[in-house]
Amino acid sequence: MINLPPAFIYIIGALLIPLVRVRRLQQAIALLIPILAMITLWQMPQGVYWQMRFLDYDLILGRVDKLSLLFAYIFVIISFIGMLYAIHIKEMGQHVAAYLYVGSTLGVVFAGDLFSLFFFWEIMAAASVFLIWYNKTEASLKAGFRYALVHLFGGAILLGGIVMQVSNTGSILFNPFDLSTLAAKFILFGFLINAAVPPLHAWLPDAYPEGTITGSVFMTAFTTKSAVYVLARSFAGTEILIWLGAIMALYGVIYAVIEKDIRRLLSYHIVSQVGYMVCAVGIGTEMALNGAGAHAFCHILYKAVLFMGMGAVIQMTGRRNILDLKGRHLYKKMPLTLGLYMVGAFSISAVPLFNGFVSKTMIVAAAGSSHLPIIEIMLHLASVGTFLSVGLKLPWGVWFGKPDGSEDEIAEAKEPPLNMQLGMGIGALLCIITGIFPETLYKLLPYKVEFHPYTPNHIVASLQLLVLTLAGFWIYRDKLMAGEKSISLDTDWFYRVFGRAVLNFCLYPLNRFRDLVQSAFVSRTRTIASLSKHPYALLELFWYTLSGERKTMAELLQRPYDEKDYRLPVGIGVCASLIFLFIYALVYMRVAS
Amino acid sequence: MNPTRLSRIMMALILALFVLGFIFPNPHPHFWWQKIPAFDIFFGFLGSILLIVFAKWLGHNWLLKDKDYYNHD
Repeated sequence: MINLPPAFIYIIGALLIPLVRVRRLQQAIALLIPILAMITLWQMPQGVYWQMRFLDYDLILGRVDKLSLLFAYIFVIISFIGMLYAIHIKEMGQHVAAYLYVGSTLGVVFAGDLFSLFFFWEIMAAASVFLIWYNKTEASLKAGFRYALVHLFGGAILLGGIVMQVSNTGSILFNPFDLSTLAAKFILFGFLINAAVPPLHAWLPDAYPEGTITGSVFMTAFTTKSAVYVLARSFAGTEILIWLGAIMALYGVIYAVIEKDIRRLLSYHIVSQVGYMVCAVGIGTEMALNGAGAHAFCHILYKAVLFMGMGAVIQMTGRRNILDLKGRHLYKKMPLTLGLYMVGAFSISAVPLFNGFVSKTMIVAAAGSSHLPIIEIMLHLASVGTFLSVGLKLPWGVWFGKPDGSEDEIAEAKEPPLNMQLGMGIGALLCIITGIFPETLYKLLPYKVEFHPYTPNHIVASLQLLVLTLAGFWIYRDKLMAGEKSISLDTDWFYRVFGRAVLNFCLYPLNRFRDLVQSAFVSRTRTIASLSKHPYALLELFWYTLSGERKTMAELLQRPYDEKDYRLPVGIGVCASLIFLFIYALVYMRVAS
Repeated sequence: MNPTRLSRIMMALILALFVLGFIFPNPHPHFWWQKIPAFDIFFGFLGSILLIVFAKWLGHNWLLKDKDYYNHD
């Protein structure tokens, strides 16, 4: 219909929204943009197009194949759901930031060269930070700055890698890299920051809980999954990713068990779930890459549902901590939100008939068929932890929980506005559809799928795992809900505490040293400056020293220069020049003869 | 629903899954533990307890700090 890269549909659309003054029309445009983008996606043939000449290089804005289309489809779908959930917001800047963010992510997905990849990569970071700042709390301001700094650092590393790559190979094509080169290592590092791979992950659970209710829904989908896409595109089969991914899957799970802030808990489960994808990319077989793509697709859907559900709870109750919500019988006031949240929770926990079951099992099976026993066990254990925290602990703490008598009533809570319910509803519906009819998803995957999730053994084994996790939870449920409000240390400690120490070092000892050096230089310069106004002082000092009188330079310089003090009789000048001429004449005659 | 009845249902469910584990063994086991029938019963139970105990221990002894930890100057 329109021959425009989907990235520009969003970016132009984002700039158009604030120009329209009628609110209904603004909302209509905001919802129309993803529909327009989806139609464009359907009509985009596979191949390489939208090439532009820039300096001496060809930029490629349309590298379209099954892998890029898979990610583009889900990004466009979730942008519609996210915008529907956010459409009641009057502050247009939030929508603009969200769509610049979506557009730049689509730019990354279809980028065929490293320059446009980097360009969109940076817009992504710059646009998304506003989704944190719009929350307008002191915590969000600070978290936003940390988020921006981490991503700018990652972007700088990525740019360094790209520059090295281009100067080594002379090509800007974005293709699989050879990890033995330094350039590829830099690029991988930049990608790993956005994929939130520990120890480079702390920006995620730091920033996402501080974002706006609606903005965080967008953030859960785009940054980490676009990083999974670029990893799948260029580092498939890199062995270190297998281990990083499996560690990541467990890392997030362990933090989630002790976490009480509801969106921070879910953020740790993004780290965990992206771990499955990173691991699958590292395995690199066709089945594993299919698994990574499928899991990214499903994860975006259910994670949005989970964040929308918890966002609704925060919006309607004003509370964000399990300790402030447990035992208040919220299930009586927000049953629909609970139901839709549980669809997301069952999906992430890979309950049969929900979409996580058709994608996560594929990755675990890929680890099995690639003969990686430790990895398989690690991913299996992470599945247990996922159901434990997201499927049991969180809903139990937020909607149920045993009252201990100290609870205050949450009188004001009710179901969220209709548009938020619709957003959650569509997300939940898609989780179920892709769960029950996995072929709808499988036919979008990059390779041919020869995997059947619904075998009796798979179903029975999953149910065994889930039911016994429930048993384990039931034994420890009160322990999991207990505790004080606290924060968990993570690798952001290094830039928050160590960073502050560096700052304090600069502010105090280093600054004092600078002061010292500066004042020493200033006083010397001042002496030289006043000396230049009164050079005779130096001679006088010399004279006084010879004659044994003790005077300091400062003393001598205090008396201003007065030419009358030093004026000599004319005769001395004439005499001196005569002597000079006489000596000159002598020398001249000597040389000439 | 009273707790005794709930735990009875739970027990029955676990028993049923245990039996089903024997009826539907893994057709393509890659590792030795996949040949054990109803392995996931043990893995789910022990795994969840292990995760809770380990994470709680780690949180208690190291990771969890006062909520003003980063605000101290």
